[in-house]
Amino acid sequence: MTRYDSWTPEKGALIIGDMAAEGRTALLPILHEIQAGFGHVPAEAVPMIAEALNLTRADVHGVVSFYHDFRETPVAPRVLKLCRAEACQAAGADQVARRVAERTGLACGETSADGALAVEAVYCLGLCATAPSAMLEGPGVEGGRRLGARLGGPRLERLIDEAVR
Amino acid sequence: MSVTIYLPKDAAALALGADEVAAELTRLARMAGRDLNLVRTGSRGLFWLEPMIEVATPAGRIAYGPVEASDVEGLVAAGLFEGGAHPLRLGPPAAIPFLARQTRLTFARTGIVDPASVEDYRAHGGWAGLERALELGPEGIVEEVVQSGLRGRGGAGFPTGVKWRTVAAAKAPQKYIVCNADEGDSGTYADRMIMEGDPFVLIEGMVIAGIAVGATRGYVYLRSEYPHAAAAFALALDEARRAGFLGARIGGSAHDFDIELRMGAGAYVCGEETALLDSIEGKRGQVRAKPPLPAHQGLFGRPTVINNVISLASVPFILAEGAAVYRDFGMGRSRGTMPIQLAGNIRFGGLYETAFGVTLGELVDEIGGGTASGRPVRAVQVGGPLGAYFPRALFDTPFDYEAFTAAGGLIGHGGVVVFDDTVDLRAQARFAMEFCAIESCGKCTPCRIGSTRGVEVIDRIGAGDPKQITLLRDLCETMKFGSLCALGGFAPYPVLSALDHFPEDFGVGAAGSAAAAE
Ligand SMILES: Cc1cc2nc3c(=O)[nH]c(=O)nc-3n(C[C@H](O)[C@H](O)[C@H](O)COP(=O)(O)O)c2cc1C
Ligand code: SF4
Ligand code: FES
Repeated sequence: MTRYDSWTPEKGALIIGDMAAEGRTALLPILHEIQAGFGHVPAEAVPMIAEALNLTRADVHGVVSFYHDFRETPVAPRVLKLCRAEACQAAGADQVARRVAERTGLACGETSADGALAVEAVYCLGLCATAPSAMLEGPGVEGGRRLGARLGGPRLERLIDEAVR
Repeated sequence: MSVTIYLPKDAAALALGADEVAAELTRLARMAGRDLNLVRTGSRGLFWLEPMIEVATPAGRIAYGPVEASDVEGLVAAGLFEGGAHPLRLGPPAAIPFLARQTRLTFARTGIVDPASVEDYRAHGGWAGLERALELGPEGIVEEVVQSGLRGRGGAGFPTGVKWRTVAAAKAPQKYIVCNADEGDSGTYADRMIMEGDPFVLIEGMVIAGIAVGATRGYVYLRSEYPHAAAAFALALDEARRAGFLGARIGGSAHDFDIELRMGAGAYVCGEETALLDSIEGKRGQVRAKPPLPAHQGLFGRPTVINNVISLASVPFILAEGAAVYRDFGMGRSRGTMPIQLAGNIRFGGLYETAFGVTLGELVDEIGGGTASGRPVRAVQVGGPLGAYFPRALFDTPFDYEAFTAAGGLIGHGGVVVFDDTVDLRAQARFAMEFCAIESCGKCTPCRIGSTRGVEVIDRIGAGDPKQITLLRDLCETMKFGSLCALGGFAPYPVLSALDHFPEDFGVGAAGSAAAAE
């Protein structure tokens, strides 16, 4: 199973260097690349980004903490995102969450003891006509990510199988 | 002998196993010695039939669905490659009643064309709007969009032409076109379908907007929950650039225009237009006070057109066919067609593009076929998490901006979410407050604090204290009038509609709730 790359200032500098010329507007694209590469935005990256974009550390930290996607601690290699928004609620999202909890021991917002899998809530994946739905993500997932819709029965079991593998 | 099969690569079709179907088709075609031309399209939006495959035959395309990988062997044995008979055979897709009853102007090509091919787009009428736009020139384009009566499809319903006119009149060294592809509302997926299934129509719409107002740069701000749309759109941008529809001197004209794709980072409020601009600028996605309007001081302080995906994707048709053709559809001040998205607990869930004026009851009961669970429909939420819950008593409400406002709701982005009789409307009202608390940008107190208090008050009602209902109504009033944007300002819609139409779920009779309101 491939995991996230481990952070070094050199690798961080490589990402920042490419994009810093655009100035502050490059902040989200830079954070996305760092998050995608290392599974989180390491504390050490913040002053480097701030300096490259001519911002204060507090400013960069404020942005990192505002957006749900950016994490300050490493995210599990596999994340199972369960949609908990209205269309999925109407179609049985709670039953899906219960079944996932039964098999993984994890409720939304929890990470497994070995740190390999996290289960999270997400608010709409645009699969609302085939609700309830979920997305399994991470470098350990075949193809990077797998979507599941109309979850229940064997389709849900297969998605969980892949999540716990 | 070669055979052409169309199979969606739309995210919902993928979620239901389209890639596994593709692998089986490829394997079995090879075994049968057939040369398979597999075209990955978007979805036609008949999601209860996905994955739906279509085979090219001399008599036109023949559809089959819903197809699972395990069905493919039997299908091939039954003569799939020739359009043979099989229990999953649906016949010509255009004759399927759900599709036959629609008026597809904006979604005319989605599910039909190869979304990666500029040429296929052209072969199906693409780029004709741009051609006419170049003939008309900036003023003529703006006038055409004004005359079409097109209103913003992202939620607020502001006339698109009027917005463009303001930006066109502004004097500035640089202007921008920003496409709002944040599509955060539950129950909505039309933007996603366009970006995955017919991305060039959005690119064409943005290029036309650029020419109309004198902007040379465009941004598409797409939510990070849509990685498949991001990949499809990024590919389309490359293809359009290669074919000369983006970049310098578009189509040999004097106009330059290019588009950059930007990803959001999981914040619902970034769908609000000014928060979105701040996010592109590299800031926290917080709502700006208006004025100044983005049309005067938008992205990087410059005049900016900010429009929803569907608003922009509607423009090529309007230019190609003329404002009057578009305007002739609809009712009252709601002109043209609206891609309505049927979702939730619904039998025939999918995209239904039709002229304004169809009633909510027709949409849910007739077109949508009622619930998927087979139980009675009890409530329908229209317009996303900030939209009202409608009871059956309001099913005669026509789909029209003004009619929905009059009924205490909103159309929003056209999402219709169906619930059966197991729904607990108090829980739904609580969720609306909770969602507002999670997603609040934090700028104003009624939204930031009020939503948290709202959850607590609803919990106390649930614990059997109906006196709290007066408090809840007061709180909603404060949020409605004291919030800077519609996140805090509209959260009362789902809450109060649940309370007004389904008082029994709050432990009070209809009379009790009316008394509490006084
Ligand atoms: C909290 C909030 C979220 C919004 N989310 C979206 C969205 O996801 N997509 C969208 O097009 N408009 C959204 N809007 C509406 C936009 O602010 C704006 O009205 C729209 O992008 C204008 O484009 P249009 O005129 O083409 O509709 C949202 C508004 C608010 C207050
Ligand atoms: S209403 Fe809420 S989201 Fe909107 S500006 Fe105020 S705090 Fe921000
Ligand atoms: S509400 Fe779950 S996918 Fe849209």
